[in-house]
Amino acid sequence: MSPGVVLERSPGRRRRRPGDQVFRSLTLAMGALVVLTLVGIAWFVLGAALPGIRHYGFASFLHERWAPSEATSAGHHPNPYGVVQFIYGTLVTSAVAMVIAVPVAIGVALFINEVAPPRLRRPLSATTDLLAAVPSVVYGFWALFALLPALRPVAGFCDNTLALLPVVGVVFKGPFFGFSYLAASIVLAIMILPIITAIVREVFATVPLDHKEAALALGATRWEMIRMAVLPYARNGIFGASFLGLARALGETIAVTMVIGNNVLGISASVLKPGATLASVIANEFTEANQPFHLPALFVVALWLLLITLVVNVVGRLVMNRGQRVPGGNL
Amino acid sequence: MSVLAPSPLARRRRLHDRLATAGMVVALAVTLAPLLWVLVFVAGQGLKYLGPQFLANNPPGNVSLGGGGFYNGIVGTVEIVGIATMLATPVGILAAVYLVEYGRGRLAAIVRFVTDVLVGVPTIVIGAFVYSFWVLRYGFSGFAGSIALAIVMVPIVVRSTEEMLKLVPDDLREAAYALGVPRWRTVLSVVLPSAAAGITTGVMLAVARAAGETAPLLLTTLGNDLFTEYNPSHRMSTLSLEIFGNAITGFQAAQGRAWAGALTLIGLVLGLTLIARIVSGRSDRALRRQ
Amino acid sequence: MIRGKSIGVVTALGVALLVSACGSTGSSTSGAPTTQAEVQGQEGSICGHGAAGAAAAPSGIAKLDGAAGSLSGAGSTFVNPIMTLWSSDFQKAQGAQVAYQSIGSGGGVQQTIAKTVDFGASDAPMKDDELARAGGDILHVPLVFGAVVPTYNLAGQTSGLKFTGEVLGQIFANKITKWNDPAITALNPDATLPDQAIAVVHRSDGSGTTDIWTDYLTKASPTWTTTLGGADKSHGKDVAWPTGIGGKGNEGVSGAVSQTPGALGYVELTYALSQKLPVGWVRNKAGAFIQPCIETVTAAATDAAVPADLRFSLTDGPGTNAYPITGTTWALVHQNQTDAGKAKALVNFFTWIMDQGQKEAPALNYAPLSADLQIKAVAQIRKIQLNGQPVARP
Repeated sequence: MSPGVVLERSPGRRRRRPGDQVFRSLTLAMGALVVLTLVGIAWFVLGAALPGIRHYGFASFLHERWAPSEATSAGHHPNPYGVVQFIYGTLVTSAVAMVIAVPVAIGVALFINEVAPPRLRRPLSATTDLLAAVPSVVYGFWALFALLPALRPVAGFCDNTLALLPVVGVVFKGPFFGFSYLAASIVLAIMILPIITAIVREVFATVPLDHKEAALALGATRWEMIRMAVLPYARNGIFGASFLGLARALGETIAVTMVIGNNVLGISASVLKPGATLASVIANEFTEANQPFHLPALFVVALWLLLITLVVNVVGRLVMNRGQRVPGGNL
Repeated sequence: MSVLAPSPLARRRRLHDRLATAGMVVALAVTLAPLLWVLVFVAGQGLKYLGPQFLANNPPGNVSLGGGGFYNGIVGTVEIVGIATMLATPVGILAAVYLVEYGRGRLAAIVRFVTDVLVGVPTIVIGAFVYSFWVLRYGFSGFAGSIALAIVMVPIVVRSTEEMLKLVPDDLREAAYALGVPRWRTVLSVVLPSAAAGITTGVMLAVARAAGETAPLLLTTLGNDLFTEYNPSHRMSTLSLEIFGNAITGFQAAQGRAWAGALTLIGLVLGLTLIARIVSGRSDRALRRQ
Repeated sequence: MIRGKSIGVVTALGVALLVSACGSTGSSTSGAPTTQAEVQGQEGSICGHGAAGAAAAPSGIAKLDGAAGSLSGAGSTFVNPIMTLWSSDFQKAQGAQVAYQSIGSGGGVQQTIAKTVDFGASDAPMKDDELARAGGDILHVPLVFGAVVPTYNLAGQTSGLKFTGEVLGQIFANKITKWNDPAITALNPDATLPDQAIAVVHRSDGSGTTDIWTDYLTKASPTWTTTLGGADKSHGKDVAWPTGIGGKGNEGVSGAVSQTPGALGYVELTYALSQKLPVGWVRNKAGAFIQPCIETVTAAATDAAVPADLRFSLTDGPGTNAYPITGTTWALVHQNQTDAGKAKALVNFFTWIMDQGQKEAPALNYAPLSADLQIKAVAQIRKIQLNGQPVARP
């Protein structure tokens, strides 16, 4: 029960104190400032993108070729600033990261909550949380020098075997030079793993003891108990946690920029090929955007990124639990 | 039935249970392996060069040369994150006070929702926002970076402070009111102090997050590779920018500095995180006992 | 007016004298990296033989008093190694800090137009529409000559793989994709080239190095030009690369090449040499395969036609010893300054570069400007105005 409700019972006193009015207004102003910040971000990003949208038209950005060099101050067509390949890169790297991270996060959360001896729970969860504390630039640096070389034999194997498969073969087609969607996805998976784990753990912790004990009393094994009592109860929470992890992956910039290879011209079906994401192209070109409508076009990219992360975030929070706050949001 | 000889079904059930447990152990290993790999790799590379010389000097005039360090970046990180903390902490705490002590109805719901959403806004977009809102008028500067980092920090501070304030028992508040203490003084002298440890934890986690940020700084402070800049109205370097700039080069000497910088940054951020967790563990238990 | 003119003459005389006095010292005085020495012995090369034009020292503008204590500059990564050396030595000489950030020439132009920095630097001269957007008062001050070189990461291969403009054009146009392609092996009969995919590495940011590289490819490779859709699309700070990995800055490209087996990229010479990356030789207009070095860069710069605004191109030059992918970096400065201290600091810094700074160029494998160009550069610097009045009035 919120303390505010308790105080509602004595409203008469509040009006007589000017100090209270001032303080209340001050806190309200700070709350409003938070709202204004988000509105300001959307407003300024939209405002900076507008010259480009006006010049070319919003829909004309929806193709997969980004060639600022071909922009002229007069020409409207064709729009050289296609953004679809960035949207694709952002979604694919994040999706692959999810495929890796979500099952692992669920496994780790189950292990910590249901299997590990109680005295190990705190240290184990603190350790997985540490993964979230490593800065993005350090992950990128490490990936450049440790992960890329380690991936080379793996990718070579994929290129020689999986790439020969019909239909899905194109996904594993080489040559692999290290910088790739795959490398970016793996880094992203590592980065969102602790976030999803932390939230899922808190969700598992809310499963009523009665449900678990009832399952065990029926003679269920631990795994059956998890399947019967824990997972169904936590399904929404897992879904929401995945969305929040996804939102983080979509916006991740520096580590991805360092390993994705920055190919801005088109979509490669193969995850072994270099690509680019919405965030990486902003990081690469923002301070040097000097072609006509280049900077507005980058703000169009930022707008897409903002839109996608907002949608994913909102959906994640709504799915998770209506009315109740999402735990673990500090990560 | 046969209690002594387990049925095939029972055996299969037990097998599934074991497989599931094994899967969880594998998941744990998969989680801990990269952490260990990153820490050991960065430590191994970073320790080769980390030392007093690294912490007390700027990069050499010629990046391909050895020697020098990231003193300018350390100064920049401390100052930019420091200013960001000074901006974000009061805003975040007061906004949380609004949510817990005063807020109700639509407006509070909106503030709460926006805070949640703001946590998820990509930091590069925040950088682009600060560029168009501030840098285009006043140029690249450490302060522009502080604004960007403050926006990163505020929602984190709001949320952790809110959680902490909710844990403060109403008895405390009512006792103060009974003594005739006005509400604002109750908040300032009773509620906030009793949640102080938890709020500090939230602020420290936010500081740790901000100290590791690179992307928004690329668009706002730009960097200052050579000189130590103490004036935040000028362009400054930060540890993260120095690491990024040196890491992507092929210069061995620059990479050496970047590894030492990465180790320094990890030490800083992990240190803050660990301290924050320890503080929070204490305060959580203390508050819950009340 | 009269005083100014006479000093100009004195300057020219001084330069001429200095050139004749120092003409034979060349780059041997420099602390050039060992790799420079290593490539000296190669047959048929004039590199390392001291033919470089030595730095002249134009004087005529004394250090202006009342200059600001700091300047903010950004742009070209091509010039960054020497620029950081300059700013650290300039600080020792005059106490002012020039904070230069290596963000790419596109960034140099963009931030100069946006006036978020005090000066920009670009290896591509600003185009007319860029000048118009900047308000039309941009001065181009050439700083130093350098070479853009093909560099690679191929097991067992050291410096000296030979390329032509057409072969490089085909590789970057994704027409040649393997190292053992007949077109490459024909140029390098002695080298054993593997059946390995070429990992093309180019810039991910707006780059003057790219401008120089693609300026050359456009002149020398019909395949490159047609693949990109014509000369206006195949040359510039950004082009629509048909293939490859993007690296941020010369730093990022050299980093990616050294990280990627099978890679071929292009960087400013000093980036390759100081990282001990192999450097390719490129066939010039006269038909000779030219090793990139100070001497061959100087040779390329000798006959360049220099227009009044100093926006010139040095690629694909006619000289027998001219390295064909040669370029320069320009400082970009607004002629009309509004801050007295900044204006004076800009004059001081660039004058110092023409005077003392040029001497430091060979140590980092850049070629100093010719005496003639140094004089022209100083004349540009002296055009800097404070609210309509020249600040450099002697």
